[in-house]
Amino acid sequence: MRNGMLNFALVLSFLASGAMPARAAGSEDDFKAAYAAADAANKEAGKLRNQWTTTANTLAAAKKAADAGDFDKATASAKEAEALAKASIFQATSEKTRWKEMEIR
Amino acid sequence: MKLRSAITLASAALVIAALTLAGALPSGAADKVDPVADAKAFRKFFTDKFPKVKLEDFVNGPYSMNEDLYRQWQEKEQFPPYEFSLEMGKEMFSKPFKNGKTYADCFPNGGIGVRQNYPVFDDKEGKVITLELALNRCREANGEAPYSYVRDEMAALTAYMAFTSRGKPMDIKIPDDPRALAAYENGKEYFYTRRGQLNFSCATCHVQSPGERIRAEVLAPALGIVNAMPIYRSEWSGMGTTSRRFTTCNSQIRGVPLSPQDDEYRNVEYYLSYVSNGLPISGPGARP
Repeated sequence: MRNGMLNFALVLSFLASGAMPARAAGSEDDFKAAYAAADAANKEAGKLRNQWTTTANTLAAAKKAADAGDFDKATASAKEAEALAKASIFQATSEKTRWKEMEIR
Repeated sequence: MKLRSAITLASAALVIAALTLAGALPSGAADKVDPVADAKAFRKFFTDKFPKVKLEDFVNGPYSMNEDLYRQWQEKEQFPPYEFSLEMGKEMFSKPFKNGKTYADCFPNGGIGVRQNYPVFDDKEGKVITLELALNRCREANGEAPYSYVRDEMAALTAYMAFTSRGKPMDIKIPDDPRALAAYENGKEYFYTRRGQLNFSCATCHVQSPGERIRAEVLAPALGIVNAMPIYRSEWSGMGTTSRRFTTCNSQIRGVPLSPQDDEYRNVEYYLSYVSNGLPISGPGARP
């Protein structure tokens, strides 16, 4: 049941981050706000010692798109990175107790 | 559905799930730390799961799980791929530092036949000291630059030290010190904690799935897994230290690896080594 909930939450977050069409954000300001939120969430995951490589890769993709002037793509990537970072925070938080379920006793 | 709404919904689901889980589960801190009982249960789990595998064979990792691989390995051992590293390690170990001292001056019994005692718990520092860390501290104490924990030099030195301990039973001590017990418990927590986007723990592969294939690889059992370190991996076309194994495991599950010899890795090596007590050192090993 608990596994099911976690999987559901993670899948939902991935769907939100990857499978949904990107909103046409358009502006550099939108990108900057989205990137700052994603970066902050990823830093929080770092404090929990649980960053994901995919978050870093998606943040890098956002930066690259912004550097190329494609702020729609950059904003979408930044939002995806934020969703990934939040999922990693959720994972680290829930695992503080859930790890016991897997322990050999 | 707009992206922002979707993310908000997903975030809400995450928070609700987190709160539900946090409230529903008991705190692990309330449990008593009992390494002796843990080790007994750990060994029983694997011997029950693989009744045909001899206890001392678990240190041979995937070869103990698969007859074809076992035969291939026996042939490979005629001309083992780690031999060049072993020779290099032997030479490095005996070569004096600039100050005239050697690694032998840093270890009990001159560093020969002692690998089975590492990691140790240092009561002055209050932390776990792995063999790799002890080697680099030896270098630094003698005015030499430390080696990378994931490259050939460290693998060669640990390969040689492991070779001088081959067949000796792993013999990790946990002193009656709350800091040592905490390090052990933290190592255990790290071992069972899921991480990375793939949501895997060390135990997902090495407790739940040993003997199964993950792509082309046959997964090794956790029991005795550290006894074979360091290893030559055909996949790497080279030698790998324990540090290299831990960091690459993390990146393979899409987690950002910690720095080699961070506390988490030292503690998990302490835990894994303790629960493998009594099984022979088989390193250096070779793996597909």
